[in-house]
Amino acid sequence: MPGAIEAGPVKRALAIAVPIAAVLILIPYVVPPYQAYLLSSGLTYAIAGLGFNLLLGYTGLLSFGHAAYFGMGAYAVAFLVKYLHTGSMELFLLGGVIAAALVSALIGFVCVRYTRIFFSILAMALAQVLWSLALKFYWVTGGTDGLRVPTPTLLGGLVSNPEDKLDFLSGPYYYLVLLFFFAAVAVMWVIVNSPFGKALQAIRDNETRAAFVAVRVRRSRWIAFVVSGAFTGLAGALWVPANGLITPDFMYWTFSGKIVFFAVLGGFRTFAGPIIGAVVFNYLEYFAVATTDYWQLVLGAILVFLVMALPTGLVGTLGRLALKLRSAD
Amino acid sequence: MSLLETRKLRKYFGFLHAVDDVDFSVRPGEVLALIGSNGAGKTTLVNLISGLLRADGGQVLFQGTDVTHLSVVDRIRGGIARSFQLVNLFDQMTTFDNIALSIFSREGKTQKLMSLAGADRAVRREALEVLSQFGLETKRNVLAGVLSQGERKLLDVGVAYALRPKLLFLDEPTSGVSTREKAPIMDIISAVVRSEKITAVIIEHDMDVVFGYSDRIVAMHQGAILAQGTPQEIRRNEQVSMTLIGAPSFD
Amino acid sequence: MGILIIRIINALLDASILFLIAGGLSLIYGVMRIVNLAHGNLYALGAYVSAWTIGKVLAGGSAGLVDLLLLPAGALVAGAVGAVMEPTLLRPLYKRAEEYQLLVTFGLLLVLEDVLRLIWGPYPLSASPLFEYFGTMHILGVAYPAYNLLVIAVGFAAAALIWAFVYKTKFGVILRATSQDMRMASALGVNVKRVYVQAFTIGCMMAGLGGAIIVPGQTAVLGMGVEALVLSFVVVVIGGLGSLEGALIGAIITGFVRMIGITFFPEIELAMLYMIAAAVLLVRPAGLFGRA
Repeated sequence: MPGAIEAGPVKRALAIAVPIAAVLILIPYVVPPYQAYLLSSGLTYAIAGLGFNLLLGYTGLLSFGHAAYFGMGAYAVAFLVKYLHTGSMELFLLGGVIAAALVSALIGFVCVRYTRIFFSILAMALAQVLWSLALKFYWVTGGTDGLRVPTPTLLGGLVSNPEDKLDFLSGPYYYLVLLFFFAAVAVMWVIVNSPFGKALQAIRDNETRAAFVAVRVRRSRWIAFVVSGAFTGLAGALWVPANGLITPDFMYWTFSGKIVFFAVLGGFRTFAGPIIGAVVFNYLEYFAVATTDYWQLVLGAILVFLVMALPTGLVGTLGRLALKLRSAD
Repeated sequence: MSLLETRKLRKYFGFLHAVDDVDFSVRPGEVLALIGSNGAGKTTLVNLISGLLRADGGQVLFQGTDVTHLSVVDRIRGGIARSFQLVNLFDQMTTFDNIALSIFSREGKTQKLMSLAGADRAVRREALEVLSQFGLETKRNVLAGVLSQGERKLLDVGVAYALRPKLLFLDEPTSGVSTREKAPIMDIISAVVRSEKITAVIIEHDMDVVFGYSDRIVAMHQGAILAQGTPQEIRRNEQVSMTLIGAPSFD
Repeated sequence: MGILIIRIINALLDASILFLIAGGLSLIYGVMRIVNLAHGNLYALGAYVSAWTIGKVLAGGSAGLVDLLLLPAGALVAGAVGAVMEPTLLRPLYKRAEEYQLLVTFGLLLVLEDVLRLIWGPYPLSASPLFEYFGTMHILGVAYPAYNLLVIAVGFAAAALIWAFVYKTKFGVILRATSQDMRMASALGVNVKRVYVQAFTIGCMMAGLGGAIIVPGQTAVLGMGVEALVLSFVVVVIGGLGSLEGALIGAIITGFVRMIGITFFPEIELAMLYMIAAAVLLVRPAGLFGRA
């Protein structure tokens, strides 16, 4: 029927999302507290992955410097604690997102004037600059010792100062992370399916033609960069109260590499890929760090393998397998 | 008054005068064919007018306004559109999305982040109309990258057309397409252009297409305009036929 | 006055090494349109291999002039790694989207970082006996290590050699033809696959050589690879990616800017360098000599 709203994609998305959401909500009741906390850590990374992939999967820009925004979100929280002596989670999140958005607006402004290779390296290099500042201005940032972030209060003090941090992290804090995870997924899903999202994909596919349909290429890329940075900053702000500490390594290129890795692991050409990749990576890291000292080697080798053999990542490959099975019936 | 006019337009690549002091004009409502052998400067001229290349000298006037220094985006917004000789589409997006994007862009909606593209009924309706005008409605959910060459050429034109331009440049709309597909493709394009009274400039090598579909012909050679006139006049022009096919006559 | 001369010489020292690394990066990009993110780690590999070789040969004793011949070991190993890397890991990706090249070379960066740690451990490795052998010179009353002047000489000699190679030899012509128009070169009978692997190997050898010659004066440490990559990036931004002249001029400018930064604004030296690179990018996106 011409003109009818295409209900298909929305319905399909909800059909997958609702059961998963239900499972996630019930998790703290069925698994040990540490496992719930571990999962929430993965979901935090997933928010960063969603942000990152707006640039890679949807705009065609590979940033090797996203640690800067994650770190900025986390440091903003630490500064709020250090200078404003606040413990309010709401302020933390607001501060983290704004700080990360500002930094990404600045860095993005320079980076989006460039294409592919230059963009990637410039993004990495400018993130390194930020890292070097975090390291050198130790009287502000705590240098290599970093800054502590105590357990925050939620809902303006309604939920506060728990005795048992693990209880808190697998209880109220878990639901906070979950809430923002759901919100992030929903908002990003709308963005990628919006007219703006379509313009980004056009820029990704053919930036010349995009200009020839009057899309403002540079400005759209910049907006995508800022949104991407904001999401990643949100992830940093959600992550740091649980971790308790932020150090400059979370702004170092190796951390950016992890973000790239889990997007590629899950499959950067799909919406859900980075989410799955982040959660899987979180578990991988947890188990691998316990087993080997050469975690970077493993990560690098897997990345090379993924690029050569499984370029569509876990979700992409599973998706294709599912299609094959379905057509074989 | 001309819709588009170039005055002493110039583009040099080193010592090569790709476009050499060209005075070119397009009248509103006409379908103009731009012909010439390879290297005559046709595509360079279109690239200069559409903004892909910066001129080394001269002016481009569109509807009386000097657009010589405007960006591509500003010229498109002003009402110029083009298709490409080597098909230029958004290959990982569906045929529908390729067309819909032009419409969203024309309506100034491409900065809207928080609304679903699929929810815009008006855009959807118009996109489907354009698709059916170009005979592509059955392929609307197919990725542009997997369409046949003929379908891709039509889509390329469709994407430009969906901008509802005042002036449409078609760079070899039937190149790379088999001979028997050329006429059907040109019929569709011609029908759309004529029914919507769009002014069009078609770069073509196929003289059957040129003589069959244009109101006026401009022949270029070595960066300059060699001759212009109606199809009958050009058909009889020995200079033109010599440079194009090396024979004293087209017949 | 003496101190000023020393500072200038140090800037030139920096520039020589940067030229070798960035020049290798630019050469590879110019011919193949690839940026190898692991390039800095090949510089590190060159440093580690040379330091280790010298350490093994001297076994705690002092060095002689002949031990200079050990240094190229680093360059050769780096070149060998490159010669293996290109056909196995990069060639399959040429037909695919550019992101994949960056991702694969990034994976290699991670692998190389840990491989260096695996083989040589987390402690810095040095080749100081060779450095000490050359002793110090006195320039306007200030003592300065003579070895550093040797490095500068090598750097400029390498620049001249590479220039001659690219512009005066038959292979250089083929290299330039392939870089300008790969399809045309192939149609004219050039074995493009071979040119690619050769160009890549040369580029990697240059990086390895940079590491090899600097290591007697500095130690080989983990993280030096990425630092080098980030700095060589500034060089190619300023000089233009794909141009050897650009790499030379860019390296000289970067060396001097770094020297000024370290002398007067040590905290923000890296930030200052990047601000300048960003400024160059805004004004002349292709760099001083770059191709688009």
